[in-house]
Amino acid sequence: MTNLWHRLEPLLPQVSKPARYIGGEHGMQTPVHGPGIVSWLLTYPDTYEIGLPNQGLQILYEILNERPDAAAERAYAPWVDLEAQMRAEGLPLFSVDTHRPAALFDVIAFNLSAELTYTNVLNCIDLAGVPVHSRLRHEADPLVGAGGHCTYNPEPLADFVDFVVLGDGEEAVGDITEVLRDWKTSGRSGGRSGVLRALARVPGVYVPSMYEPVYERGRLAAVEPRHPDVPAVVEKRTVADLADWPYPKRQLVPLTEVVHDRLNVEVFRGCTRGCRFCQAGMITRPVRERPAEQVRTMVSEGLRRTGYDEVALTSLSTADFSGIEQVVASTVDASGCGQVSVSLPSLRVDAFTVGIAAQIQRARRTGLTFAPEAGTWRMRQVINKLITEDDLYAAVESAYSQGWRRMKLYFLTGLPTETDEDTLGIAELARNCVALGRGHVRSPSVTVSVGGFVPKPFTPFQWFGQNTTVELRRKIGLLRDGVRRAKGVQLKWHDAAATLAEGLASRGDRRLGGVIEHVWRHGGTFQEWSEHFDLQRWQAAADACGIDIDSWVHRHRTFDEVLPWDHLSAGLHKDFLWQDWRDALDEVGLEDCRWTPCYDCGACTGYGIEHVVASAVPPAGGSQGTGMDTSRGAAVPVRLTERGLVGAAP
Amino acid sequence: MTSSRVRIRFSKHGKVRFTSHRDVARIWERALRRASVGVAYSAGFNPRPKIAFGLALSTGYSSDAEYLDVELDPDSEAGIDTENLVAALTASLPAGMTALAAAGLAGGEPSLQHAVTSCTWRIDAAGAGAMEASEALERALARSELLVQRERKGRLDTDDIRPAVLAAEVQGDITDGVRLIAELGTKPRAVRPPELLASLDPPLSILRAHRLHQWIATDGLQRREPLAVAELSVAGAGVAP
Repeated sequence: MTNLWHRLEPLLPQVSKPARYIGGEHGMQTPVHGPGIVSWLLTYPDTYEIGLPNQGLQILYEILNERPDAAAERAYAPWVDLEAQMRAEGLPLFSVDTHRPAALFDVIAFNLSAELTYTNVLNCIDLAGVPVHSRLRHEADPLVGAGGHCTYNPEPLADFVDFVVLGDGEEAVGDITEVLRDWKTSGRSGGRSGVLRALARVPGVYVPSMYEPVYERGRLAAVEPRHPDVPAVVEKRTVADLADWPYPKRQLVPLTEVVHDRLNVEVFRGCTRGCRFCQAGMITRPVRERPAEQVRTMVSEGLRRTGYDEVALTSLSTADFSGIEQVVASTVDASGCGQVSVSLPSLRVDAFTVGIAAQIQRARRTGLTFAPEAGTWRMRQVINKLITEDDLYAAVESAYSQGWRRMKLYFLTGLPTETDEDTLGIAELARNCVALGRGHVRSPSVTVSVGGFVPKPFTPFQWFGQNTTVELRRKIGLLRDGVRRAKGVQLKWHDAAATLAEGLASRGDRRLGGVIEHVWRHGGTFQEWSEHFDLQRWQAAADACGIDIDSWVHRHRTFDEVLPWDHLSAGLHKDFLWQDWRDALDEVGLEDCRWTPCYDCGACTGYGIEHVVASAVPPAGGSQGTGMDTSRGAAVPVRLTERGLVGAAP
Repeated sequence: MTSSRVRIRFSKHGKVRFTSHRDVARIWERALRRASVGVAYSAGFNPRPKIAFGLALSTGYSSDAEYLDVELDPDSEAGIDTENLVAALTASLPAGMTALAAAGLAGGEPSLQHAVTSCTWRIDAAGAGAMEASEALERALARSELLVQRERKGRLDTDDIRPAVLAAEVQGDITDGVRLIAELGTKPRAVRPPELLASLDPPLSILRAHRLHQWIATDGLQRREPLAVAELSVAGAGVAP
């Protein structure tokens, strides 16, 4: 049976939010399966509401379906109520497009955006009726693949996935499709191991089973290729020019409510601001801006086609887009004032100006979120988020002066070298922002959201020992006291226990697979959801696997320690990252190479690519990473400081 | 003729019937924009399109008689042609939702929420054959009151639904149960098909429900549909999704 709808339908009246299982979105494709066609099941290992908006999966969905030799459908993790019914009825995981059983696809490909979804990956494979361990799969079983930011350390899932793609997927999925198509048409010559061997030779593709981890005295000593034709180091893929990839062209409009339920237009990929905690900013280099004209077309076409009344211009730092004011202005003009809102989800305060604020508020007003990340200038120098207090206050004042009453500020706690003074600086910044607002609006308010810092692979902080749960809780307690009497300041924080589990999965090696499997087998699915997360389960799993959480999560690493992702590459030189880590400890900032000479991090030079930016100067406003006095107004500093001098700036 | 308000009748069948009332509202907002219908917006900080829906249809039920009233933007209403509108809207709606008719509303026409007094349902139920169900229904209709319990804000309330059961009959056996046709009142609150089934002795359990009509009582025994759709063979549209 290739369509499970008639078995699913009777279960739906008994489950919550059944609309997440019906497909039928505006923009849904009609994939045609058949011999010679490689079928992909693009799977998000969390609920439909979280997974549907994922732009990576939507881009690949279109690119694959445009190919004559590929067909792509989508699947999401069924919520626990439906899962129980499916298991009771023997109903396997299905696609939402044509309700096709997952096991009939050639590839089940997961997007890995968050470590805490790993147990759901195992659950989805199991629900598909496919062996959870890759070594136990047979020739007829689908290949299990993964992409997304978490694949920069795929080792915790190495036992469960057949292949992993590092970096941008636009081109890689085509290459993989060709390998699989040829393999299928050749009568699957060489069997499963043959095709995996062929995949291991595709640039950007890592096949864990082709590599052998070597341990010495309980520590990882190397991850070595098992065969001479398998690369010793797998390099990431990068699309050189976003203008060649104007996707999604037909963004899916869901029938039911999802997160980020709006038109999303990616205005650039990559970020070189160099925030040291930020994995996305390190692994997606260089900056590749979409031409402003293409952005305008994608916005106007997208709004007309989807019927959305909100558009988000997405990137890692949208205010840095060259000519952002004009793009926002033309977006507002094109969409009709008052009925379409424009949101800029990632805003740097030093690039946010009255001009941008004025343009956004001409449309329907949306929420404003800034991410100072740390409470003191010293701490922001350590993390290289070089925005001054003046930058923040100028941005906040711009917003209040344009009528915003409420804004959100994001911070991290548990950062390297963080002192209690740094932590309490968060409360002070928030109080000062509210005080500024009183000069413009009635009862201004600031929501402070604090996350526990988790060191990530391929960042300068990959060597840092994460704060313990006790320490994170103590710091959050300090902050709660710090804002207790502050009118207009609301504090929200992440659960420190979940931060610990995330940290374990973030930098774990292949042996962590046992922990993930144990947590999954003991009912630990949907770990991103606080009502389903239980640290006890992780601790029990670590104990059962003989893994010392303290050593894996809280221990500082040294330069000579072999990291579980050393056989993978995001282009970044390890000594660049190490130097940046030393600079962090010395409280020395590093400028943005988009507008200054190259310091050879490796991301461009290694792959023969470069930044694609329309403007050679930083955006107007703020100190732009220099920490310079901005009291002269919004003038751009004429020149950014040299490496090493930032720390000496006033 | 153009009007500042347009009433639209639509159907909901198949997979899309698992969307909720709120989902349907969102789907309509987007479909109207895709079809370039100039909808009027409310004033204020957060302008909303002026669309009013009638009675909610429970998630999972299908219907040939759903309605919404759309207020048009005076600047763009001149271009509205109700015939083309129906086709344009259907093209903009998801599979399973079809615009059936549209007509301008007279100025004083009350809102759907206010005007609709009853609905005709096709109810598929399990728990008895046609004969047994007929007898149970007859016994129920012969009673002066039909008490059902329902939970409201954590409290168990007892309601008499007998006055709201305006008509009910068993149509016959179907493969997995029995099919009923019932007209249930909506004032002071809409009685739901499972409540009718629960009030029977022995009670039946619901398999599927399909709304065939919504009615506005005019006077005495007269009633009309919110949108006259003489050309539509709505009763004939009563095929299982």
